[in-house]
Amino acid sequence: MAAGTFSRRDMLKASGAAAMTVFASPLRAAAPEPTAITPALIDAATKEGKVIFYTSIDLPISEKIAKAFEAKYPGIAVRVERTGAERVFQRIGQEYASNIHAVDVVNSSDASHFIVWRRDGLLAPFVPEDVAKHYPADQKDADGLFAGFRAGLSVIGYNTNLVKAADAPTSFADLLEPKWAGKMVKAHPGYSGTIMTATYEMSRDLGWGYFEKLAKQRVMQVQSSADPPKKLALGERAVMADGNEYSMFQIKESGGPVEIVYPPEGTPLIVGPNGIFKAAPNPNAARLFQCFCFTAECQQLVSDFGGLRSFHPDVKEKPGRKPFRDIKVMTEDAAAVEKNAEAIRAHYTKLFRV
Amino acid sequence: MLILLPLSWLVYYSFHDRAGGFTLANFAQLVTDPTFLDPLITTVILATSSAIICCVVAAPMGWLVARTDMPLRRTVRALVTASFVTPPFLGAIAWELLAAPNSGLLNQAFRAITGAEQDEYLFDIYSLPGLIFVIACYTFPYVFVLVANALDRIPGDLEDASSILGASVWTTARRVTVPLAMPAVLAGALIAFLQAMTLFGSPAILALPAGFHTMTTKIWSLFQYPPNPELAAAASLPLLVLTILLLRAESFVLGRRGYSVVGGRQGNPRLVSLGRWKWAALAVVFIVLLNPVFLPYGALLNAAFSPVASQFVSLGTLTLHNVEFVFFELSATKLAFENTLILCTAAATIGTVMAVVIAYMTARKAIAWHKALGFLATAPVAVPGIVLGVGLFLSYTRPPFVLYGTLWILLIAFVTIALPSAYQQLYSAFRVVNPDLEEASRILGATRLGTLARITAPLLRTSVIATWCFIFVGVIRELSAAIMLFTSETKVISVLIFDLNESGDLGAIAVLGLIMLIVTFAVVVLINRIPGFGGVRLRNT
Repeated sequence: MAAGTFSRRDMLKASGAAAMTVFASPLRAAAPEPTAITPALIDAATKEGKVIFYTSIDLPISEKIAKAFEAKYPGIAVRVERTGAERVFQRIGQEYASNIHAVDVVNSSDASHFIVWRRDGLLAPFVPEDVAKHYPADQKDADGLFAGFRAGLSVIGYNTNLVKAADAPTSFADLLEPKWAGKMVKAHPGYSGTIMTATYEMSRDLGWGYFEKLAKQRVMQVQSSADPPKKLALGERAVMADGNEYSMFQIKESGGPVEIVYPPEGTPLIVGPNGIFKAAPNPNAARLFQCFCFTAECQQLVSDFGGLRSFHPDVKEKPGRKPFRDIKVMTEDAAAVEKNAEAIRAHYTKLFRV
Repeated sequence: MLILLPLSWLVYYSFHDRAGGFTLANFAQLVTDPTFLDPLITTVILATSSAIICCVVAAPMGWLVARTDMPLRRTVRALVTASFVTPPFLGAIAWELLAAPNSGLLNQAFRAITGAEQDEYLFDIYSLPGLIFVIACYTFPYVFVLVANALDRIPGDLEDASSILGASVWTTARRVTVPLAMPAVLAGALIAFLQAMTLFGSPAILALPAGFHTMTTKIWSLFQYPPNPELAAAASLPLLVLTILLLRAESFVLGRRGYSVVGGRQGNPRLVSLGRWKWAALAVVFIVLLNPVFLPYGALLNAAFSPVASQFVSLGTLTLHNVEFVFFELSATKLAFENTLILCTAAATIGTVMAVVIAYMTARKAIAWHKALGFLATAPVAVPGIVLGVGLFLSYTRPPFVLYGTLWILLIAFVTIALPSAYQQLYSAFRVVNPDLEEASRILGATRLGTLARITAPLLRTSVIATWCFIFVGVIRELSAAIMLFTSETKVISVLIFDLNESGDLGAIAVLGLIMLIVTFAVVVLINRIPGFGGVRLRNT
């Protein structure tokens, strides 16, 4: 196990529980032969000239990936269509219902979406060479429809100018103390796939009682899980009840006054897979882009610049970040999120009123 | 057709369940579920308070500008135009930068000056009063323009008569001017109420973080996954009914009082001399204008060039990072600008042509059904943008007209939204052009259309250009219908800015917003500079 990388097995060890995941699908049709990046593929992709990438990764990183791709393959423009994962899902559903096939490659921080897209037969089987060679088996779909592009955590955080380290909350339970009333910001599971996944894991492990109490703390409700870290950096709120670990890394490493807290109850884990649509308008560019996304080069960029965790064993994690295996994480369970998404949304709206 | 199709689908959907069976369940849920009642009550409070604030602030300002010798009256009009051109959602974001309780620049300044604790604040923009304030900031121009234009037109003779009969300046103002301006104030109040009620962007930006919904944000949330268009349609109907009722009430009130404004040949209105109070009046006006114009633009400029939006920028910290990001990294920028400019130009052109033709037919009674036509052209005013968005979505995502995913559906929405005011403006413009000239042209053998193009249109040039600019600006401001109708290929700037706000990219918003404002001003100024087009100010709108 190379330093700073991790596999699903580590996660299971860390959380001490096994679970059904989106990747544990029964073996059906074998995945197609892996595809390498060949001059023929590049030619075909360049003829199409563009690729449309729907994603929920925070804009500065997703645009960085796009620029890296454009620099490597001149003549192919990437258009990033970025919004919250739940919105991406709704947008694709709405567009496909009207026979609009605009999306080539999708990345979602709510892995349960891939269960739906698979069921609806929307995804094209395709396995990039890097995925076949390097990725742990539990991060590859058995049918080759998608693979784990990124993993992230939803963490607690605070603004170091507003809260002394000694006073900072250290657990989810601490957030329910009266002294944090009116001082917290949190993101929304109806918008963010990260928060949807995290809300499922927390309601399962901590119970809805936790959210009932949290809702009484007058939290500032924002949408994207990338926004609470930014509100901390602005100094708008002292503490964030949830939000991206990767956005926190970016802010902290560029000198922003923020600090991450990994709660002892476990930190919600979120895997964001990548897949190609069957009806992709630019099928070759989509394949090339999908291949590029899983290369060590792109994954290293996603880790270094983006602060996301990678499944590629060649990726070296930046020093100074807490190694993934030292973090106690909550177990991801995309199938359960898929089953409960509507109930979670309804319950959440009832508690937080928006 | 444009308006009837979406509305019939709206009504149809609201009475049906998912399976297509007839039901009243949607309405039952609407009146029993507190998650719908609360937003409805909030919306009524919001709209009423904003309308009152608008009238209290804008009506005296309109009077000061139209009827007194206050200095810099033209500048004040231009500044009000600037706040009119500012999209309300951009204003709301700017006010987040200014008055968020902890990071807001004003609250930081307050703490720095008074030495207050870190949790104390002067303003909390994420609250109902905060929202009312921000909405009023960008709605008061409607009242101002109506009042100022009405006062411009009211002949000075009546006031002279009053003075000659021995009334003091103030008695004249109270007994003559105010009653004469009342219809305009009422009309303004109504428009302000409707605007506040139907706005989507500002409540989405300010109310959701505070944990409450208005009707528009609630309707929009029903379109989030899993979409519930039936309930959304049912929730739209109260807004529609309320709007129609208010418009009827207005025509009832104005129907009785409107006569007072009709004057013959008028002398120039006499200006009231304010004496030494004129500078005080100007100061008050400028303090008012701080809120919609100076402070928000300042905050946006600061955020555009500051590394962190909540820090005051200094020479040492100034950065072009946000500008670079918007121009060189954000891949949606170019497409969104293209779409926006295409839609603005097309909607303004088509809308103006339609308004000219319809206004001509109704004003000259050219066809049999001219009254019905006039009514139809005005009818969309009763349809809030978000309701129209829902209706158009329901209509054009199914055969026979599948327009969703194209710019056409947005174009239809924008033209429909713009048509009523465009028509009203041109209709009143036609009324003041003497038909003799047109008749002369007809007698000399020109066709009706030829006459319209060669005689009437040039006479109306100023109004036509003003209408064009008005629609252009209106389309740039529009978010509520666009948010229901866009796809990734047909994104417009307003939607892009809204997206960026949800992920908290304030610096990028500031840059995009400022570019958008510059483009808007540039277009308006350019159009007015084209030789022969004559000078137009938006004050006519």
